[in-house]
Order: sequence, then C-alpha cells, then structure tokens
Amino acid sequence: MARITAGVGCSHVPAIGVAIDQGITDDDYYRPVFAGFEKSREWIKQANPDVIILVYNDHCTAFDSSVIPTFALGCAAEFQPADEGWGPRPVPVVKNHQILASHLAQSLILDEFDITIMNEMEVDHGLTVPLSVMFGQPEAWPTLVIPIAVNVVMYPPPTGNRCYNLGKAIRKAVESFDEDLNVVIFGTGGMSHQLQYKRAGLINPEWDNAFLDRLTSDPVGLAQMPHVEYLREAGSEGVEMVMWHIMRGALDDHVTEVHRHYHVPASNTAVGHIILENLT
Amino acid sequence: MGYHLKQFCISLGKAEGRAAFRADPEGYLDKFPMSKDQRQAVINRDWNGLLELCGNIYYTSKLAAFDGINFQDLAGLMTGMGRDAYRKMMVNGGRSIDGNRYKSEWKDA
Repeated sequence: MARITAGVGCSHVPAIGVAIDQGITDDDYYRPVFAGFEKSREWIKQANPDVIILVYNDHCTAFDSSVIPTFALGCAAEFQPADEGWGPRPVPVVKNHQILASHLAQSLILDEFDITIMNEMEVDHGLTVPLSVMFGQPEAWPTLVIPIAVNVVMYPPPTGNRCYNLGKAIRKAVESFDEDLNVVIFGTGGMSHQLQYKRAGLINPEWDNAFLDRLTSDPVGLAQMPHVEYLREAGSEGVEMVMWHIMRGALDDHVTEVHRHYHVPASNTAVGHIILENLT
Repeated sequence: MGYHLKQFCISLGKAEGRAAFRADPEGYLDKFPMSKDQRQAVINRDWNGLLELCGNIYYTSKLAAFDGINFQDLAGLMTGMGRDAYRKMMVNGGRSIDGNRYKSEWKDA
C-alpha cells in the first residue's frame, strides 16, 4: 500500500530559485535563508520519498486568465520547466508517477472533488523552487513528482476548509493504491507578503509563526480562517497559504514538527518552512 | 472587465509578444479590446491605476518586466517609496502590520 509519511510546507519565492541558479546562496543576503534548509536536505535524504505530491500555484504560466481551474492535477508523463520571461530555470525535467496520478484523478473525482486533469503542462517557479530548496542542484530529481496546481492568483481561491478536505481525499486515494510507495506531500507558497499596491512589503512574523504553531496544534481550526484574515494579516499574496492546508489535511490528526525555518526577507517575502511527520 | 488587459500583459511573457509590442505599441494594443482607461493606464505605466482597473499583479508585472523593472522595483514604484527606500525597508524586516491592517488607519486614505 502507498502511504503518506510526512508533509513539507515551504515558500516558493522566485528569488530563492534565482539565488540557487546563480550560485549566490552563500552571500550575506542569502546565507541565513539557506542555512535553515540544511537540515531539510538531510531530512529528505533520509526520508527518501518515492513520490512527492507537490501542491503549488501557477503564476499565469500554464494558465492565463482564459482558463482558471481551482484544482489542476498533473497527469502527463513529464513537465518541462517553463520560461517565465527570463528563460526556463536550469533545473531537471519533472517526472510523474503517471499511474498513481491517474489513480488520484479517479479517486478524487469519485470522492466529489471535481479536479481538472492536465495532460500537458509546463511548471513554473511555484513547483521548481521547493524542489531546488530540498534537493539542491541534482542532474535529475531523485523522486517522482505529482503536481497539483491551485488557483490563488484570481479571486476567489478555494477556502482553507476545502483545501484541508482535499488533503483528506488525497490521503484516502494514496492509501487505496496497491504499490508500496513512500509518499511525501508538499504545501507551498507564503508566508506573509504583499507584492502590490501601496501596502506592498507587508510582513507579519508573529502571525506567520502562529500559523506554523497551529499547523500542529489546531489544524482543523486553522483551516476555518476566512480569506479576509489572510489579506489583512499576511498581505494580499499571503492567501497562498491556503495551499498548506492541503498538505496538512493529508497527514495524521497528530503530527510531530521535526523542523521549522523562518526568515525575513527574501526579496519581498517572509520565508517559512516546516516539516511534519506522521506518528504512525 | 479585466480580461483583455490581463491577456495583453501576459502576452508580454513571450518573446514574440514583446517584439511585436516594441515594434508597434499602438498597433499591438489595438489587438486587445480593453477600455480606454485601461489602455491609457498601460501607456502611462500607471501601476496602481492598472490594478484599480481590474489588472492583477502577476499580469502587470509582465509589463513591468518588459520595461526592465523587477518585482521589487515595481513595489518601489507602487508604494511611492522608490527603489532604495523600499529595498531598505524589506532588509529591515518589511512593512509593519501595525497601522496597516485597515485603510482607516491611513491618514491619506
């Protein structure tokens, strides 16, 4: 049986990808950003997942405003890194576990989550930056990756509660798959940041850390948070954090926090990262 | 309301779109039936105005990139702080949440 053993929450700030690609992770600005990921790289080496289900948002790369799926599941054999205006990131092609992805599609839809199925899709920094953060610069990604893209760019994004329940449905789907697989789920985006208008630059470390605390202590209550609270307390782009509830919903009710990293700033954003392990 | 404005902006994410817009700005804008105000805001590079007119930051940032302006420098323009002051604010921990939760907390709102 396939099992989800752990969850990773991680910002996907494009500047972090640029720093890795340009080899400047050790300069004064980026050193504290990357110091907090050293333990994460050790951890994922030990965890050695067969498959990562990677929840992220596309930034008008695969989807412009002509088509806006709330939840889109990557079912293609592979996903090329996209050109976001500066050429594609020099990172490996992302390879899927296509049979598990198809199984997820079937299980989720019959479980009443009407997801969109993507048989062709390029992936942007939202997906590739968390992989770079966790794995560095390998020639090939050491694990298969199933992308789940969530709309958080155009209003309204899904509610935290809907995301949490999607996580539960993903877990059910994984556990009904026969192959013996170690699956880790990523929720990405955040933390507090606002990229636009007169309030750009907003950062709220207290709120961010309370969010990280409640992922372990009160995930159900946390998922009830209305969008307006993300906007007010974590900035207009802080609403990306609804995606972390998908990761959390796919884990046990009780989890162990094995690592946390929080740093301000990377570019315009508070960087947040957490690793949660199932107890069972 | 914002569809054609957004599709114009996102078209600049591709080299063909950038080349066509650079070669003939007015002619290229004619291909996108946006409102007069939206078109003027594009021409004026009125970054906050574009957002008020149903733009979206992930789209308008492609127009900024066309001009060689990155996300952080765009924030410097939208906040009226300018590049250096904005960058310094971020390095020092960003804009505080205190006094920035509600518009009513702003004197000039």
